[in-house]
Amino acid sequence: MSADRPTTNPTDPAALPDAAPEADLTETGTAHLPTLERSVMGSVGVALMGAGLRSARPFQKLVLGGVGAGLTAMAATGRNPIAAALKIRQTGQGEVLVRDAVTVGKPADVLYGVWRDLAGLPRLMTHLQSVEVLDDTRSRWTVRAPTGTVSWDAQITADEPGRRLAWASLPGAAIENHGEVVFREAPGDRGTEVVVRLAYRPPGGTVGAVAARLFGEEPAQQLRDDLMRFKREQELGFAPTTEGQSSGRAAHGGQA
Amino acid sequence: MKAIVWQGTNSVGVETVPDPTLLLPTDAIVRVTSTAICGSDLHLLDGVIPSMEKGDILGHEFMGEVVEVGRDVRKLKVGDRVVVPFNIACGACDPCRRGLFSACDNSNPNHRMAEALYGGVSGGGLFGYSHMYGGYAGGQAQYVRVPFADVGPYRIESDLRDEQVLFLTDIFPTGYQAAENCGIVPGRDVVAVFGAGPVGQFAARSAQMLGAANVIVIDRVPERLAMAAAAGCQVINYEQEDVLIALREATGGRGPDHVIDAVGMEAHGHGPGALVDTAKQRLKLSFDRITALRWALLSCAKGGTVSLPGVYGGLIDKVPMGAAFAKGLTFKMGQTHTHRHIGPLLSRIEAGEIDPSFVITHRASLDQAPDLYRTFRDKHDGCVKVVLNPWA
Repeated sequence: MSADRPTTNPTDPAALPDAAPEADLTETGTAHLPTLERSVMGSVGVALMGAGLRSARPFQKLVLGGVGAGLTAMAATGRNPIAAALKIRQTGQGEVLVRDAVTVGKPADVLYGVWRDLAGLPRLMTHLQSVEVLDDTRSRWTVRAPTGTVSWDAQITADEPGRRLAWASLPGAAIENHGEVVFREAPGDRGTEVVVRLAYRPPGGTVGAVAARLFGEEPAQQLRDDLMRFKREQELGFAPTTEGQSSGRAAHGGQA
Repeated sequence: MKAIVWQGTNSVGVETVPDPTLLLPTDAIVRVTSTAICGSDLHLLDGVIPSMEKGDILGHEFMGEVVEVGRDVRKLKVGDRVVVPFNIACGACDPCRRGLFSACDNSNPNHRMAEALYGGVSGGGLFGYSHMYGGYAGGQAQYVRVPFADVGPYRIESDLRDEQVLFLTDIFPTGYQAAENCGIVPGRDVVAVFGAGPVGQFAARSAQMLGAANVIVIDRVPERLAMAAAAGCQVINYEQEDVLIALREATGGRGPDHVIDAVGMEAHGHGPGALVDTAKQRLKLSFDRITALRWALLSCAKGGTVSLPGVYGGLIDKVPMGAAFAKGLTFKMGQTHTHRHIGPLLSRIEAGEIDPSFVITHRASLDQAPDLYRTFRDKHDGCVKVVLNPWA
């Protein structure tokens, strides 16, 4: 957290009654394994290596031994090389960090206003199913997930109109997360730079994050898509599309 | 309607496909009166542009008559005769407002694909040019859907023939922008153009219009060289001469002040470099063959400009970067910002400074297009440029 960022609304601190101190959104590197994940990986790795060594079938020996040795190495070094290769980044607290930015040709207060209307966000973000506003600072978020939907309650932890919004999930959230949206004037007459940083603890740790990436349920890509959708909605009022255009697809085994 | 459809590598065909419809209130439908095959369509035919899908309608150089407009279209009316830029721009984003129409932020619905390849940014959409560039259906068809109808289409009000204005959609502005990017000092600068295909022809004539002291055109196809020579260009056939020596001699040892590479990724070239390029492209280790680019960097004079209208797709290596650094070269490149050139270039056509129809060697119907794709690719029958009439 940088020093020039107040943690509460400077104009109305009372609007944020029990805001928790803001958690850090600084990037510290790739895929350090949390202690729990390390110990689980270590045990499973050693067990697999043992099973591999005992196995009579050479192929099984090789696969079990190989996977076991890999997991053991990951546990020993505290790093997940697959996560690193997939550029999964982390905060100092070991959460997965996702950050991106887009420049939108509209004034910051207008864009802030769109974002502050939390209940309207699902129109912009397709993976969001709903945001239910509970009171001034609390809201209930429901997202689509591979297993159905996931819900949690969140609280606005900083609200600086026209400049910044920060939030954190409340205790008991299925996916612990926190983040911020910063709106800052772009140099020249280019509008506003919208910067989003969000951190979360993926179910299943870094292994879960890798699995999510491989199955295409990827927060970094979702954020990118959402930011582009937001920009287009603001600059054009619609999203360009080729959905339903003519083609020779039917003749080639697809939809026309 | 009838349309030219990509059926796979080295296979295009004429098929009957559904008529296009308005998909958004800012769309228009244009009845195509003339369309052309572009040199960059050959990259699609050859399968070197990724993300083509079987059934895609090709074509990005087309013009016609507006037959339907969406309810939010303000400037364009049914009955207007228009030329349509090959690139699709929204007109509202920052690049569009700065005149960088081909760099439009908003017109490519498949921005993900280009972002993955090109460092997190995508260019605007293109008609009939792969899903990486938006997957928009193209204009080698009887009708075409034109998105952002108030931004792209340019109304032709004079009685100029289709053939005189059709190339405002791509190859004329592309050649012109390549010459403009050189920053030619009139009466002083010598410009070399690698590639005497349609874009090279327009680059050469544009360099002349911008006052180049001399224009030298390099190719291997006699008909193309003859076309350039007819415009008063000096020509070099690289299969008969050592091109770097010939250029040194033609410029008193300085090299051309500016070099335009109007060839791009599928350069033929020869020598060991060209063989390595070809092998790597076949093995999918590389998209691009860069003989023309190497020659451009090696031949350009100190302090000169290397201008690239030729299309490059991916990663290249064995680039003589040391030569470029030693000579202090400037690189200018990129997809054409067609929208901003159409008006001024139309004025030049109306003033009689240039008649773009000089480049046409073949006229045909859509049904003949698949054969002509091959004729054009193989440079048979003196083929430089093919114009199609979708209603013939």
